[in-house]
Amino acid sequence: MAVLQAKQDALAARIAALSFADKGWLGAARKAALDRLAAMGLPGRRDEYWRYTDPAGLNAAEPAPAALFDPGAEPQLFDHMDRVKLVFVDGVFDPRASDDPRLAGVEIERLTEAGGRDAHWARGLYGVLEAQGQQPVARPHAALNSAFATEGVLIRVTGRAKKPVSLIYQRTSEGSDAILHHCIKLEPGAELTLLENGPAAARFNKVMEVEVADGARFHHIRGQGRDHQRQAVTHIFARLGRESLFKSFTLTANGRLTRNECVIELTGDDAVAHVACAAVGDGDFHHDDTVFITHGAERCESRQVFKKVLMNGATGVFQGKILVQPGAQKTDGYQLSQSLLLDEDSQFLAKPELEIYADDVKCSHGSTSGAIDDTALFYLQSRGVPKRVAQSLLVLAFLAESIAEIESEDLAEEIRLRLESWLHRHEH
Amino acid sequence: MLEINNLHVKLEEEDKVILRGVDLSVKAGEVHAIMGPNGSGKSTLSYVLAGREGYEVTEGTATLDGQELLEMEPEERAAAGLFLAFQYPVEIPGVGNMTFLRTAVNAQRKARGEEEVSAGDFLKLIREKAKKLKIDAEMLKRPVNVGFSGGEKKRNEILQMAMLEPKMCILDETDSGLDVDAMKLVSEGVNALRDAGRAFLVITHYQRLLDHIKPDVVHIMAAGRIVKTGGPELALEVEHNGYADILAEVK
Ligand SMILES: Nc1ncnc2c1ncn2[C@@H]1O[C@H](COP(=O)(O)OP(=O)(O)O)[C@@H](O)[C@H]1O
Ligand SMILES: [Mg+2]
Repeated sequence: MAVLQAKQDALAARIAALSFADKGWLGAARKAALDRLAAMGLPGRRDEYWRYTDPAGLNAAEPAPAALFDPGAEPQLFDHMDRVKLVFVDGVFDPRASDDPRLAGVEIERLTEAGGRDAHWARGLYGVLEAQGQQPVARPHAALNSAFATEGVLIRVTGRAKKPVSLIYQRTSEGSDAILHHCIKLEPGAELTLLENGPAAARFNKVMEVEVADGARFHHIRGQGRDHQRQAVTHIFARLGRESLFKSFTLTANGRLTRNECVIELTGDDAVAHVACAAVGDGDFHHDDTVFITHGAERCESRQVFKKVLMNGATGVFQGKILVQPGAQKTDGYQLSQSLLLDEDSQFLAKPELEIYADDVKCSHGSTSGAIDDTALFYLQSRGVPKRVAQSLLVLAFLAESIAEIESEDLAEEIRLRLESWLHRHEH
Repeated sequence: MLEINNLHVKLEEEDKVILRGVDLSVKAGEVHAIMGPNGSGKSTLSYVLAGREGYEVTEGTATLDGQELLEMEPEERAAAGLFLAFQYPVEIPGVGNMTFLRTAVNAQRKARGEEEVSAGDFLKLIREKAKKLKIDAEMLKRPVNVGFSGGEKKRNEILQMAMLEPKMCILDETDSGLDVDAMKLVSEGVNALRDAGRAFLVITHYQRLLDHIKPDVVHIMAAGRIVKTGGPELALEVEHNGYADILAEVK
């Protein structure tokens, strides 16, 4: 009882200053989310799902201030690319910094504008996948997001988008607390690449609900801002139709606390879902990937590739589950979580899980922690490669399998270059 | 070129002495062979010269053209012209063979204040040298030594040597695991590099390799010391009678 009370008290404090908008279809969805949230309360350390990650910073009434990072002369991620830019500054959409959102085969609307109407396609998505994702494990910060999000975009894709849509999260304030909620719907056969980058806020709560209809293809590449003290909790909820494809890659560099949850339901036969991450952390860095993939149809493929490079006391967490429902025959599930620990102060905590209720499936998972291979390091040095360059080569080699999940070679190369310069800045 | 004086080496983590006063002098243009029973310290000598961690030099010196080798980082020794063809070449998953070699060549050039080789010139050069060693384009693209056969690994070592053009080449049992044809390719690769400004130290168990790469001087190493030095005929003696006679004689 005391535990439950504590969760409720934390919730009351957390939402005291948030304003609740109850207009239009969105108001109804928010109301339902608030009811869900009220029943759950906020997570605590005793929750099994939060065993490795302390939610205190996410639960607190006010965000801890986070210093702004000076990127120097380095251009922003994806800078050279032809894309439709949608810019948010401290969690508020900035139309003047953004591109004209018109793009053939793609409808883009602002949540705050579309939400006040009586009816909208997003009504069938907003808070809906999130609500389904609350079983069997509660995800209170996602419900909180659905109830209180102040911004977001609604994207409906009916054809093959010619260029990527790029969400850019800028930050100008040391104490910003942003809650964003996006809904993305790919109609049958549609295709979209979505890019995300930027430090967003001192504390960032983001939910993205994605519906990938039959035969549609969704590519997601995200670079999570490298401000050292920022905190973020993000959720992706995706539902996949028949023969659809969902691919998501995240690069995280720095951040005091990052919890990225990804909840995917394969509901149509022959669907494919890949989730990958390359995370690099130095010092006060806690990075948690929590993944839940449900195979609910036949011959689906899911693949998880999570790689973390940790140094100077950084912590990496991986909780990954593959659930194969009865009847989901010929499931092909693969899960890999690995860390490269560059010193003895850093740690990696992993909890891989398989739960299988079908008999004709192929599922494998592996989790390892290791150090740089000294023999390989010496071999490279003996050929004249300086130690720090050799180390970078080996770190990038370690991350290669996750970067290989990016289909576009240009984007993969950009991510590689980012990692190289990060490694250069964090030589030890 | 290479001067080793009274070199004593023990393991860093254990009280195990491996080299007990090695003396060796190799002049430019010469080929020296070192033979000796397993465990006599031949690989240790090559690792210590190349700068591998885990060994402690308790006494003695080693210089390359007058420069103190033992003070330098492994990469500095390489840039100074030292090369070791490993007895067991290392597999490095995720690092492409070509990327690795270009990084190495350019790093050495940079360390010596020379200009980097352009990607185009590098490609031309490596293709030409790889062809001579019967290393195909596919092997160049693969990760360093991953999935290579024993013979392919050894040929890859020689390719690296040919690309880096070191002045002091140490070959540690490069002949082991090679069939007759591969042995010929490797020997040709080595012989193509022989010139007045370059020296070789060839560690081997077999006369076979020395038929192809003719040594000027042959040393016998036992229990961490060079116990006998002679001409090419010494290798023949080992081939016919083994080490027992020689070891008995020096005792
Ligand atoms: N890193 C090491 N750890 C433990 N023992 C070692 C190590 N390196 C060499 N030795 C020991 O030192 C001796 C010489 O080894 P090595 O130099 O490999 O000989 P060789 O190459 O002549 O066969 C052997 O007894 C070997 O077991
Ligand atoms: Mg040996």
